[in-house]
Amino acid sequence: MSETTMNNTTRKGMNIHARRTIAYIVLGILSFLCLIWFYILFINATRSNAGLKTGFTVVPGSFLVQNFTNMIKGTVPVLNGMLNSLIVAASSAALCVYFSCMTAFSIHAYKYKGRTALFTFILMVMMIPTQVTALGFISFMNKLKLMDTFVPLILPAIAAPVVFFYMKQYMDSNLPLSLLEAARIDGCSEPQIFNRIVLPLMKPAIAVEAIFSFVSSWNNYFTPALILSTDKKKTLPILIAQLRSADWLKFDMGVVYVTIAFSIFPVIVVYLILSKSIVGGVTAGGVKE
Amino acid sequence: MSDKKYKHKQKSAVVSYNRWGYLFLVPFFAVYFVFQLIPLFTTIYNSFFENYRSGLTQIGPNFVGLRNYTTILTNGDLINYSKNTLIMWIIGFIPQIIISLLLAAWFTDPSLRLKGQRFFKTVIYLPNLIMASAFSMLFFTLFSDNGPVNSILIQLGFLSKPFTFMSNVTAVRCLVGFMNFVMWFGNTTILLMAGMMGIDQSLYEAAEIDGATATEIFWKITLPILRPILVYVLITSLIGGLQMFDVPQILTNGTGDPARTSMTLIMYLNKHLFSKNFGMGGALSVFLFIITGILSMIVFRISYAGEIK
Amino acid sequence: MKKLASVLLSALMVASLAACGTATDAGTPATDGGETTVTEGAEGSVLNIYCWNEEFKSRLEDHYPGYEKIDATSGKIGDVTVKFTITPSDDNAYQNKLDETLPGNAQAAADDRIDIFLVEADYALKYTGAEPAVALDVKGDLGLTDADLANQYQYTKDVVTANGVLRGVSWQGCPGVMIYRRDMAKEVFGSEDPADIAPLFDSWEKFNEAAGKLKEAGYTITCSANDTYRVYSNNVTSKWVEDGKINIDKNIEKWVEDSKALVDAGETNTYDLWGDEWNAGFMNDGKVFCYFGPAWLINFCMAADQDGSVAHDGGWAAVEGPQGFNWGGTWICGAQGSDNPTLVADIMKQLTCTESVMTDIVKKDSDFVNNKPAMEAAAKDDSYAFPILGGQNPLAMFCAGADKISMANISNYDQGCTEEFQNAMKNYFDGHYTYEEALDAFYKAVGEKYPELAQ
Repeated sequence: MSETTMNNTTRKGMNIHARRTIAYIVLGILSFLCLIWFYILFINATRSNAGLKTGFTVVPGSFLVQNFTNMIKGTVPVLNGMLNSLIVAASSAALCVYFSCMTAFSIHAYKYKGRTALFTFILMVMMIPTQVTALGFISFMNKLKLMDTFVPLILPAIAAPVVFFYMKQYMDSNLPLSLLEAARIDGCSEPQIFNRIVLPLMKPAIAVEAIFSFVSSWNNYFTPALILSTDKKKTLPILIAQLRSADWLKFDMGVVYVTIAFSIFPVIVVYLILSKSIVGGVTAGGVKE
Repeated sequence: MSDKKYKHKQKSAVVSYNRWGYLFLVPFFAVYFVFQLIPLFTTIYNSFFENYRSGLTQIGPNFVGLRNYTTILTNGDLINYSKNTLIMWIIGFIPQIIISLLLAAWFTDPSLRLKGQRFFKTVIYLPNLIMASAFSMLFFTLFSDNGPVNSILIQLGFLSKPFTFMSNVTAVRCLVGFMNFVMWFGNTTILLMAGMMGIDQSLYEAAEIDGATATEIFWKITLPILRPILVYVLITSLIGGLQMFDVPQILTNGTGDPARTSMTLIMYLNKHLFSKNFGMGGALSVFLFIITGILSMIVFRISYAGEIK
Repeated sequence: MKKLASVLLSALMVASLAACGTATDAGTPATDGGETTVTEGAEGSVLNIYCWNEEFKSRLEDHYPGYEKIDATSGKIGDVTVKFTITPSDDNAYQNKLDETLPGNAQAAADDRIDIFLVEADYALKYTGAEPAVALDVKGDLGLTDADLANQYQYTKDVVTANGVLRGVSWQGCPGVMIYRRDMAKEVFGSEDPADIAPLFDSWEKFNEAAGKLKEAGYTITCSANDTYRVYSNNVTSKWVEDGKINIDKNIEKWVEDSKALVDAGETNTYDLWGDEWNAGFMNDGKVFCYFGPAWLINFCMAADQDGSVAHDGGWAAVEGPQGFNWGGTWICGAQGSDNPTLVADIMKQLTCTESVMTDIVKKDSDFVNNKPAMEAAAKDDSYAFPILGGQNPLAMFCAGADKISMANISNYDQGCTEEFQNAMKNYFDGHYTYEEALDAFYKAVGEKYPELAQ
């Protein structure tokens, strides 16, 4: 550490060591707040249904394997559900980020008539709560004969105003138009510019929104519960709800917890993979002018 | 150089580029039209009708003009539930934005050189991976009368008998705010960090050489560059806040108790969905749309101050 | 404009279908399939059953003669494929599903038509009383006779009878009893014997008096005011809704009055049923004297296989309590438009009228079955004693209860009214509302659920 910075920090603000200590303490508390839930879920997943009724414990129980076999052998198709959730969440996340990027690019990079009006329109529709249109949505899907298919769960992801808005904001701070000019002079066509130049530059933003939309689709209960009815097509949140409303002979909170834990697992994996491109410090070097 | 000719050529090229601008919009608007706009117009249209299910019998649709609107305006619920929603949003949002900015500043501060950054950056988003329903289930258990939180407080001598969190107005609202905070602060931090990725590192290096403190770097470099993302965070959080639903819904079992003081606007809307009351639900949706629109416009105006043309 | 919109729409649809190849192909329902020509007499090849959990499925798998299980949600009876569609009851999803599909059932493709759907008592009348009917007449349409149904308890028929027509049947009865802690009874009342305890709790006045004594010993009589709700509400003399107006029965008002007194005196609480505090009462260190419940509560909910639970050590005993009541039960309804009426009728007959099958259900699943002779025989048989109740055989009590239950006063609105009434009164008991405010909150909430009742 150089002499000058030391002097500066002591002059204008706290000592660097004190600041670092505070930072570690705050981060420690926050990490505890973030991780404790996984610990509790894990503990609960290792306990029997009857054991869970005795109240909370800190020590894990011995029923993890038992609960897990009950879950796999049970009649609720959890593995199938995981596959379905994976298909729905992955495809909607992919469609969502790709097309939101494309829409944002259109608004950001081109100067055509009605652009501002379209932008304002998207901002306005962003504010409509999803629950507002749910009733109309279901009856319309019924008319289109799309009930009990994945289409109404995946395709609407193409039009995600919130994601679009983020992409647009990100482009405002990180995508200079001069770069596009340069590409055009080099003879790139517009789709090429988008696919080969813009998308790579947007990587951090894409990774962020891909995680967000994957997770929200993965954890969505409301719409899938209304659309899907065949057991083989159901996604995990519906199956968990189904386990929770099981009859008395089969009701088992231990299995419910193990299924919850099991269903969180893939999201963590996806998150860790994608978070590398955000957290790992991808310095968006290409943006430098 | 023949100026005129060059300009003409450039213009036509721009026009041909701009054709692509329209093409790139097609998927969004096509999908939006089918999956959201049609249902939305049905919703608005329905708000002028008496239209619900009584058991299996469909009542209506009978045109009633603005009756649904006047009913909502006169019974005072709208104001109450808007108030509840905003209070719980603020309880969660203030710590959320402060902590997120603080973390973002720490993570980007070149002089702080925090160890284990990767770990912290990864961990903060994890709570969002848990389903809201599972999360509320855990909270319910933790804060129940003979749950672990109460027993710890009693053992430490802070309480003599269990505190009934679930029947105390402030406690329930704070719990909802706290849960939203825990679930979303990582999300906000990640958004801010992703925004920071684009900031040229040489700016920081230059500032450091010039002798700027961490605080100065944060206020004078990081924050201005982050402004578009901050506006985004503020608006989406506001919208998310007004749409707050699953956390209070599951925590209070849909009742919004005690005495409906934690009932949010969407929970109220959800009550109308039970009877498939398209009329009242539609009218309420239109109000929601107007409220969100006004609030967002205010935020947008203040923070953008005429930058978007 | 409308035309333009529809042209646009269909164009978009083609586009969206093309864009999403495989997923759509798999999902397109076979509306114009080859089996649209079901002739009179010939029955459909698929039996569709709608339900919210697996209870009925396991009964059918285990007890219906000739049922072959294929996989988790399908099976075969002869040449007919049986398909279960399970929709969880969370968020009213199950009823939404029924509401969506039942009215147009007769027009659906043969293989998609619902043949059987299941209902619970709280909302049974919504489906059995619907105009036009969505459930088949058990006698008129399906051909079950009074002789077939003679051994069923009357109240199980009342639940699914609308305008004099029986539109469903059940294989189980769920009469409830009062289940108390032997150790606490001995400490406070000097005896743990049901014969001594029963007279102390045979009316609400005595029940409330006993609450005071239990409180002195540091116990609460019930875990929650909601524990006794069903007992009061099953003994009403009027319906929740009379002539299109919300009506609060005298016995319900009595519940409010009694419960408020108990809560104020600290003799009970306002916890939610099924919550952590409620479950905690099943443990040895719990402070709750009694619960109200039927056989399934005793067998499956009291944590009998857990060390340290009262049930594990057989520490409970049962008495009839202040009033008889019913809790739970599943009813089988045949759906209008079904293309398998003969099979539907036979399933009903086998599972709810055949004594040997029903005795098997008692033995295998510990259900209290809807068959008087079978249950009365079991009541006299010591091998049916409940270890959880310290060797007491409560079946005679259940039988007596089942005979006395009256479900004549159920209405379309029971589910919503019960739920909202309990919510509103919880706020009254906790002191957040006065009684008048609580009533207003109740009327408002019911009006939201059932707009036709809004004031």
